[in-house]
Amino acid sequence: MTDVLTPVLSAGWADDRAWTLDAYTRRGGYRALAKALTTTPAELIDLVKESGLRGRGGAGFPTGMKWSFIPKDNPNPTYLVVNADESEPGTCKDIPLMMASPHTLVEGVIIASRAIEAERAFIYVRGEVLHVVRRLRAAVREAYEAGHLGRDIGGSGMNLDVVVHAGAGAYICGEETALLDSLEGRRGQPRLRPPFPAVAGLYASPTVINNVESIASVPAIVEHGIEWFGSMGTEKSKGFTLYSLSGHVKRPGQYEAPLGITLRELLELGGGMRPSPDGTDAELKFWTPGGSSTPILTAEHLDVPLDYEGVGAAGSMLGTKALQVFDQTTSVVRCVLRWTEFYKHESCGKCTPCREGTWWLVQVLRRLDSGQGRAGDIELLQELCGNILGRSFCALGDGATSPITSAIQYFRDEFESGMHTPSAELFPPVASTLFATEATA
Amino acid sequence: MSVFDEATVGELRELMGRYPQARSALLPMLHLLQSVEGHVSTAGIELCAELLDLSAAEVSGVATFYTMYKRRPMGTHHVGVCTNTLCAVMGGDAIFERLSDHLGVGHDETTEDGQVTLERVECNAACDFAPVMMVNWEFFDRQDPASAVELVDRLRDGEQVASPRGAEITSWREAERVLAGFEDGRVDEGPAAGDASLVGLEIANERGWSAPVADSAASAAQESKGEAVAEADTQRAESETVAEESGADVEGGAGDRQEASGGGSEPQAEGKADD
Repeated sequence: MTDVLTPVLSAGWADDRAWTLDAYTRRGGYRALAKALTTTPAELIDLVKESGLRGRGGAGFPTGMKWSFIPKDNPNPTYLVVNADESEPGTCKDIPLMMASPHTLVEGVIIASRAIEAERAFIYVRGEVLHVVRRLRAAVREAYEAGHLGRDIGGSGMNLDVVVHAGAGAYICGEETALLDSLEGRRGQPRLRPPFPAVAGLYASPTVINNVESIASVPAIVEHGIEWFGSMGTEKSKGFTLYSLSGHVKRPGQYEAPLGITLRELLELGGGMRPSPDGTDAELKFWTPGGSSTPILTAEHLDVPLDYEGVGAAGSMLGTKALQVFDQTTSVVRCVLRWTEFYKHESCGKCTPCREGTWWLVQVLRRLDSGQGRAGDIELLQELCGNILGRSFCALGDGATSPITSAIQYFRDEFESGMHTPSAELFPPVASTLFATEATA
Repeated sequence: MSVFDEATVGELRELMGRYPQARSALLPMLHLLQSVEGHVSTAGIELCAELLDLSAAEVSGVATFYTMYKRRPMGTHHVGVCTNTLCAVMGGDAIFERLSDHLGVGHDETTEDGQVTLERVECNAACDFAPVMMVNWEFFDRQDPASAVELVDRLRDGEQVASPRGAEITSWREAERVLAGFEDGRVDEGPAAGDASLVGLEIANERGWSAPVADSAASAAQESKGEAVAEADTQRAESETVAEESGADVEGGAGDRQEASGGGSEPQAEGKADD
């Protein structure tokens, strides 16, 4: 057995001036790059393929396989694009990684670019995180100055230029083809596939798009090998990953562990649920395993292994491992309404099921939240979700239905209460707040 | 185009030169125009259109798609309160309500003195610090209604305010310049990480836990660990070294939880994730 927590990505975050090239190099940074520069691109792709690394941005697609889809005979240049548009509600792992250790990402970008033979790479970071943008830009500048970027890197003949590109506030740009449109200077709307980005991505050229954490995991795999990587995690979900615990817990934060840890174990490490405002022990009511687009789970799922297969078997998705935990003071109807308002706000408008459907969902949920629900509203919600799921242009629409259908599955009576009683009466919002104890005292 | 001086036009062209295709610079260019004008004006849209050989309608379509672009003049400071679900539940709704009362403005409105534009913002990827506020896109963690009021009052009084996980607060326009792609020399301000980001690492260090030591890397790692103990942040470096020497398991791990993990669903189609 490996240890319960296995900091790799987060190991250096407490170091003095961890964001600098100096600090990163002192900890062994850019050793993996030196090794990669003496390895052929094909060998690098095989290594990452065999490591079993799967995408950490939510879908869990094997990273090495994605790389191998890049055609060898395409006359256009190949691009690497890092999806650093972390915006899925509950998800908060890439931002601290890039803030504390941007060089981990930059080193991963260089190695990945070598593997797919790209000479240009882009880091598309959401715009609403000023200090992270500063840290990324400085890290890229330092990497140029150290000769890790630019022409003939480390005497290997490899060339690479990296641009840090700040977005401008649009959740949809986390969808990889919408991100590409945005990076081309357009409205961020998803593209029809095929063709897939591997064949016709940025500027209609072969493109690999990977999540920050996926790319940042590559240097450690290159340095320590696939057996080391596979000694963590489970058979089909290998390696270490960042779990982000938030909400009504004593110690919210980032917990880096082998894939397959359970929420019960994570909660125990952090001292459990917060004390309830009335002094009793708080009870876990519901939680998301990987952001708001993954169906909610309940206390009966505390022992589900948090890996791709385990969470899938429990009827949800591992997603981004964003564990948002809510206790018994929380109205599930209020939460579902707020998430749905988010999807309505962020729907790009390209396809009808999502654009219109999320608008209607909000209307019905507002009624239920204010105790004005009508007979048949629950069935209406389910019908609307049925008309969105699988019928919208991209995964945003699918994600919008997840909290609704799962919440009705586990808490139908609360939606029924919405026919006559406002959620704020059943669950006074002040009791759920961080400052509840002072507020109610 | 007389609204913009030559220096601005030069910087817009510089941004265009950073990309294989100039239109990719449109988002940064709009950020830069906001830093110059305090919002995206019609003149700014026309300038971008001219430089990129696009129609004004095409540029306008982009400028109105993204929430960070403002078509009306902004206050000196942008104050965002996260009212997405988790932050709202943890207190974001109460914070927004109190600030709105205190400032006498609603969502996306600016105070009469022109100091503060208040906005409800969506999840800002800091849920472990909830409830979160942003000032000019810098983090202010674990806020409550009273601390939020104090923060905006200090901003309006022109007091020096620094983000606990970022730099000193300047102005929304100066922030927009950095987002456009021009460094401001403040990268070394603030810590590497906030406390919540370090929770797992601290627990691991307390208990002597670490990632396994790889055979091939063991000797190199040992050398550098020796230096690390001598040099820096002694307590955690020592506990890590101790953990490694005590022989953290290299084997095992894989498969231990296989019985529990049931039906292996196939990896989903690429790009399924929204993040």
